[in-house]
Amino acid sequence: MNSIQPFPSPLTTPTGTRASRGLGLVVFLGMVLLTMLGLFFTDEDVVQGSTVRLMYIHVPTAWVAYLAFIVTAVASAMYMWGKQHSLTFDRIAGASAEVGVIFMGLSLVTGSLWGRLTWGTYWQWDPRLTTTVFLFVTYVGYLAVRDLGGSHQQRAKRSGVVALLAVLEIPLVHFSVVLWRSLHQEASILQPNGNVTMDGLMLFTLLFGVAVFTLLFAWMVLHRQRVLTLADAIDDGGLETALQERRNEVN
Amino acid sequence: MTQHPISTMSVARAIATKDLRIEWRSKVLVNQVLPFAGIVMVLFAFALDNDGILQRVAPGLVWLAVLFSSLIIVQRTFAIESADNALDAIKVAGVSSAGVFLGKAVALVVQLLLFECVLVLLSLVLYQVHLSWGGAVLLVTVSFLANIGIAAMGALYGGLGAAAKGRETLLPLLLLPAVAPVLIAATRATESAFGVSGATLGEGWPWVALLAVFGALFTFGGTLAFGVLTEE
Amino acid sequence: MSSVDEAVRLHNAVVLLGSFPALAEASLVVKKGEIVLISGANGAGKTTLLRLCAGLVPLARGEATVLGFNLSTQRREAQAHVGILGHANGLYLDLTAQENLQFWGAIVGASTREIALSGERMGLHTRLLGTTVAKMSAGQRRRTALATLIIRRASLWLLDEPHAGLDAAGRDEIDNILREATSAGATVIVASHELERAGALATRRIEVVGGAIVERGAQ
Repeated sequence: MNSIQPFPSPLTTPTGTRASRGLGLVVFLGMVLLTMLGLFFTDEDVVQGSTVRLMYIHVPTAWVAYLAFIVTAVASAMYMWGKQHSLTFDRIAGASAEVGVIFMGLSLVTGSLWGRLTWGTYWQWDPRLTTTVFLFVTYVGYLAVRDLGGSHQQRAKRSGVVALLAVLEIPLVHFSVVLWRSLHQEASILQPNGNVTMDGLMLFTLLFGVAVFTLLFAWMVLHRQRVLTLADAIDDGGLETALQERRNEVN
Repeated sequence: MTQHPISTMSVARAIATKDLRIEWRSKVLVNQVLPFAGIVMVLFAFALDNDGILQRVAPGLVWLAVLFSSLIIVQRTFAIESADNALDAIKVAGVSSAGVFLGKAVALVVQLLLFECVLVLLSLVLYQVHLSWGGAVLLVTVSFLANIGIAAMGALYGGLGAAAKGRETLLPLLLLPAVAPVLIAATRATESAFGVSGATLGEGWPWVALLAVFGALFTFGGTLAFGVLTEE
Repeated sequence: MSSVDEAVRLHNAVVLLGSFPALAEASLVVKKGEIVLISGANGAGKTTLLRLCAGLVPLARGEATVLGFNLSTQRREAQAHVGILGHANGLYLDLTAQENLQFWGAIVGASTREIALSGERMGLHTRLLGTTVAKMSAGQRRRTALATLIIRRASLWLLDEPHAGLDAAGRDEIDNILREATSAGATVIVASHELERAGALATRRIEVVGGAIVERGAQ
């Protein structure tokens, strides 16, 4: 609680700075270019046809989703083991998880649409897909723990522990799902992008998409983290008013 | 006027003994949760009204029933603490939270074990599966290790739910995805023990290793994390 | 800041329940060996004051020292020396009084003799000791809870309405126990509506108003 700087007024403080606006502009231009590349400049795949264009958003959203949870875990660890127990790390962890849950949802939707077109079904019990669902639910739970109430430090400690436990849980879930699938002697399931022969431009577009989405993630977390800081500041500002009201009870 | 230093293990023993004694006295598990699990097993049979299918999925049904029941057992184990706010008294006593965690977990392991004995017997009768002696040995090992994992996770997240008053509903959301590996491993190993789905006995034992790792990891993690999750 | 003869020192302590400041910049010094009576209207913050001293609620702002331990950093160390009896008794309803006492004995490492003595002190005779708490009257539960406090051998006793539900004999017994505890070096803070009763016992009276503390002088 002590680490929050009092803001002039949280309600009127903007979350944008010159740097973050610049970043936002870069992300916007990058998205426009990615759309052009993905829809018009790249060729169709020999096997999948235009369906392959889904790859340029599916792979980046999935990448961002996993990146977000790594950021949440690292930020939580830095909060837990930092000498200051800085709430900034806690808010970065929270912001990153929120963004991560959205992108995980998006990657599940785009993945299942792609699956429908290539596998003929929306859903396969593929280990990667199954783990992703568990990750999604686990972090929905994480966000619920953040919402339990109590002081900011208490929120940070609780959710930090849950985030670190999730880091232990997810590899075990993945491992057990992989083992589970491998015991069923079914044909190994092709990843949607497994049978795509990529030419230079397609590969570039994919990597470019990953880069642009990573910047988008950074931009969103930056702003969300600032919003959370302001929300915490409003809570603390409300404290002054509440204390004043409490003092008035005396007289 | 100072306290004698009390070891984590003594605290754990006191908590576990107390929990089991309360259960012995109140019989909530036997009179309420077991009948619930029993009816779930019967309902499964109604839903999957085909002998062939029932036999094949019996291991999964047993472990699903165990998981659902474990939610109730975990909630019950913390309800006895919050009924007269004993949790506060324990916190103030400055006892090792690792000890409280281990005590709670041990009591859960024992209760779950008793529970599984009944559910497995029920599945032998209701789903007509067969259990060889070798299968029984495998099954006991699997149950014991699986219980350690479920109990560790349950004590941890149950404690979190109990500390955040009025939010006990969070438990299933946190617990079920976390114990998914236990469900998978225990189900596959039980398939081997029952000899269904073409599984042989030997195929069951590798899963035992996974259960052991899971149990060890979260018993250790829970010992460290319980204090942070339950304090205000 | 805090000297050795102080049991409790609060300086502008703020405690939040959600976003509500249940304690609003409360300042208080309690010397060792005192019996302090806290009065105040419902919702004034009496219970929160006791829970803060027990380290059960976090300090949002200000300073709080209990028995020389800073509550912001050494909460657990302080707790080992504090006993609290709140509105709830902290007993297990399905166990007998004897089993409850034995449980607390095991938790703090008390001897069988100490456990027996604590029950005796609170007038828990053999038949009562064998009764499950669920079947006890409010007063009998209160006595059992106090017996667990005796087992705890706390240096700072925090009692919330300890006389509630007790008959005359039980009330006298509590008063005696508290006096004895203080003469043995313990400090007692009692929150009570019953000023007549608790006032006679207390060495000093304070009032909690709107989350702050107003001295009402020595008795």
